Amino acid sequence: MSGWLDTLIQGVLLGGLYALFAIGLSLIFGVMRLVNIAHGDLIVLAAYLALVVVDTTGLSPLAALAICVPAMFLLGYALQRGLLNFTLGGDILPPLLVTFGLSIIIQNALLQGFSADPRALRLGGFETGSFHLGAGIAVGYFPLLVLGVAVALAFALEMLFARIPLGRAFRATSDDPEAAQLMGVNDRHVYGLAMGIALSIVAVAAVFYGIRTTFAPTDGPDRLLFAFEAVIIGGLGSFWGTLAGGIVLGVAQAVGFRLDPGWGVLTGHLAFLAVLLFRPTGLFPRTR
Amino acid sequence: MLSTHNLTAFYGDFQALFGIDLEVSAGEIVAIIGANGAGKSTLLKAITGLVPTRSEAVRFMGEAIGGHAAHRILSLGIAMVPEGRRLFPSLTVEENLQLGAYRKRAGPWTLERVYELFPALSEKRRVPSTALSGGQQQMAAIGRALMANPKLLICDEMSLGLAPIVIKSVYDVLPTVVTQGIALLIVEQDVGLAMRVSQRVYCLQEGRVALAGRSRDLGREQVSAAYFGV
Amino acid sequence: MPFLVQRATRASRVGAAVAIPLLVALVTLPWWGESSWMRTFVEFACLLTLAQMWNLLAGYGGVVSIGQQAFLGLGAYALFVLADHAGVNPFLCVPLAGLIAALIALPTSKVVFRLRGGYFAVGSWVVAEVYRLLIANASFLGGGSGKSLAAVRPFSKALRESVTFWMALAAAVSAIGLTYLLLRSRHGLALTAIRDSERAAASQGIDVDATKLWVYLVSAGGCGVAGALYYLNTVRVSPDAAFNVGWTAYVIFIVVIGGIGTIEGPILGTLIFFLLRETLADYGSVYLIVLGAVAVLVMVKFPRGLWGYAQQRFDLRYFPVQRRVRLDAIAGDAPCKFDQVNT
Repeated sequence: MSGWLDTLIQGVLLGGLYALFAIGLSLIFGVMRLVNIAHGDLIVLAAYLALVVVDTTGLSPLAALAICVPAMFLLGYALQRGLLNFTLGGDILPPLLVTFGLSIIIQNALLQGFSADPRALRLGGFETGSFHLGAGIAVGYFPLLVLGVAVALAFALEMLFARIPLGRAFRATSDDPEAAQLMGVNDRHVYGLAMGIALSIVAVAAVFYGIRTTFAPTDGPDRLLFAFEAVIIGGLGSFWGTLAGGIVLGVAQAVGFRLDPGWGVLTGHLAFLAVLLFRPTGLFPRTR
Repeated sequence: MLSTHNLTAFYGDFQALFGIDLEVSAGEIVAIIGANGAGKSTLLKAITGLVPTRSEAVRFMGEAIGGHAAHRILSLGIAMVPEGRRLFPSLTVEENLQLGAYRKRAGPWTLERVYELFPALSEKRRVPSTALSGGQQQMAAIGRALMANPKLLICDEMSLGLAPIVIKSVYDVLPTVVTQGIALLIVEQDVGLAMRVSQRVYCLQEGRVALAGRSRDLGREQVSAAYFGV
Repeated sequence: MPFLVQRATRASRVGAAVAIPLLVALVTLPWWGESSWMRTFVEFACLLTLAQMWNLLAGYGGVVSIGQQAFLGLGAYALFVLADHAGVNPFLCVPLAGLIAALIALPTSKVVFRLRGGYFAVGSWVVAEVYRLLIANASFLGGGSGKSLAAVRPFSKALRESVTFWMALAAAVSAIGLTYLLLRSRHGLALTAIRDSERAAASQGIDVDATKLWVYLVSAGGCGVAGALYYLNTVRVSPDAAFNVGWTAYVIFIVVIGGIGTIEGPILGTLIFFLLRETLADYGSVYLIVLGAVAVLVMVKFPRGLWGYAQQRFDLRYFPVQRRVRLDAIAGDAPCKFDQVNT
């Protein structure tokens, strides 16, 4: 019995990381209705950025966030205003195809620049420490931190959307970009800010990801799929939903992995398909 | 305050406006009438920046604003109550009003004053804007535009989809708004209403001004002829 | 007023004159060409078939899938299972593989069409991953390391290569021909209508869902055939290779650069793809970066691709699927250029 409880707990903790992957994607879906195929590759790119920062400055990976987060914010803003804004506006093909192209470019550029060898970010011990809940269940400090950060970010984004003027501008632009412009909202700038915030979150997710496991240039697509599944399972329109979706995915994968090591990822996919079949709007959708 | 000079507008290769000249001064209520397809919405879109046009074609407070982005034009002082209201469904009534003040333009209009003008909205402030009746939505849309403290308020087809008694209550509010020195440009389907409410009127027909003059001086046959292009 | 609905253009008549000797040359290739040319052509034909199928789905049906590699892989494995485990003639397996892929596409569609637009695109990718993982976990299918095709051993290499080559040629020509005929028919009009506006099309009595399903099934079948052919050519398959999303990446680039929503586009795109790959072969994955960058550029600047741009500028239509109303049918004046169907 405690074996399954342990699996559940590990799954929830894993889900915290998946929620971090997914929250940025959820923000972009919500504000711009953009499906960013390069999202996972941007996570990997950010991990390599952190690696470069750590190697050149000697900072710890968590301290490197002070550089990586603003850098990724600027990258996101520039990417949106310089390229992706031109793909928005009705037809679904351009944003999909352009972000798909970006995905391939990023993966192969990283391969050329860093080779295919897996790399890692090290915290010097903290990442392996844990405390014991009794009955042989160990809860890692680091995965718990990741989950905590995911919860904090979900809360922060809910507050942003609900309380402050920028959040209202996000929701209004998502509803009706033209009417929002008539109210003085510069939609091009708002989209840039949204992408900037999303990639800032990606930077955080990337550092935690790089500490928790090794990463390689071609890891992007899987991160995208997990992030996507977390958003759809949780339901569109709510960051709490995305958090829940990440946790459900994490638990599904943990259960699958326990049944057979080759099934971990597959069970996650099957859970996603099951949600599609039986609750297509997700577990906690916010109807708009 | 606002003037257009030989304003032309195109949708791709299709020309919708063929040289419109009009003027609106402070404190005036000017109406634009015309059949569907005459170019009324295009004219408003050109003024508010949703449709491109030559820079000199639209002048506001002495500045050439043609072709500027819509959000810039709002910050210069032109606000619109769009056709169909276009309140934001994801926002509550109060949030819709707050969004009107996004650019934080200085002026007399605040949330409290808008609620004074439209007491019905005050009760419904936390309600999603989709839960309002047609008349209440129209009031919310006007309130939202007022929150931008505009110098020129444009009202596009406010009577659409509303019962006559509701239309009357909406238009009864306008004189209050104008006493602040705001200019009003109204597009209205109901010709009689437009003539009653405004001081001057322009009649558009197939992208051109077919008739212009003081509302009380124009006769019915004159207006009919211009409206239908006879 | 008398009128004539005209299809052929001058370009198409010229094109027909060029295509026929080209086809003759290709059909006779096994007698005058080298082995490696045939293998390269099979690869070319497979990619071209895949591109036409993706183009049919996305450019005409309006359904963007990043998961068609699922059916490529299923077609490939259908070949290996039928040939090695059921003893069916491996060449006969190719069309059968297409059929099996189309059959599996039917229940797949029930799940995947719950999503729309960009969500459908990623969802279809997840489905492809599911198929990959299921097969990778099946040890009787060779598991993660794949398997070789034992059933071709009785045949001589020359015979195998020639027959595979002809089948690939037939597949590519059929893919092009099928798309061409489809678009000339009223089903083609329906597809174009759906692509332009689903709601308007539905209001005209077009069963949008059924049409999309048909296109999805046909596309799956075509991908299955291409998959079977490709791995018949290489004689060895593995899940990571057959179900690789890279297939869709290549195909998307081919179609986007060549010209989405045109029949000529994928042909042009495949030629460009092979050209790029050959010239940049020494630089590792640089050709993919270039390909990606070109695709992004084309999508932003020339959304209709290179052929689409040429079409607009020079009114080139090699495969005439448009319908033009000529109001001068009897008088013989210059035709009134009133395109009824803008393809």
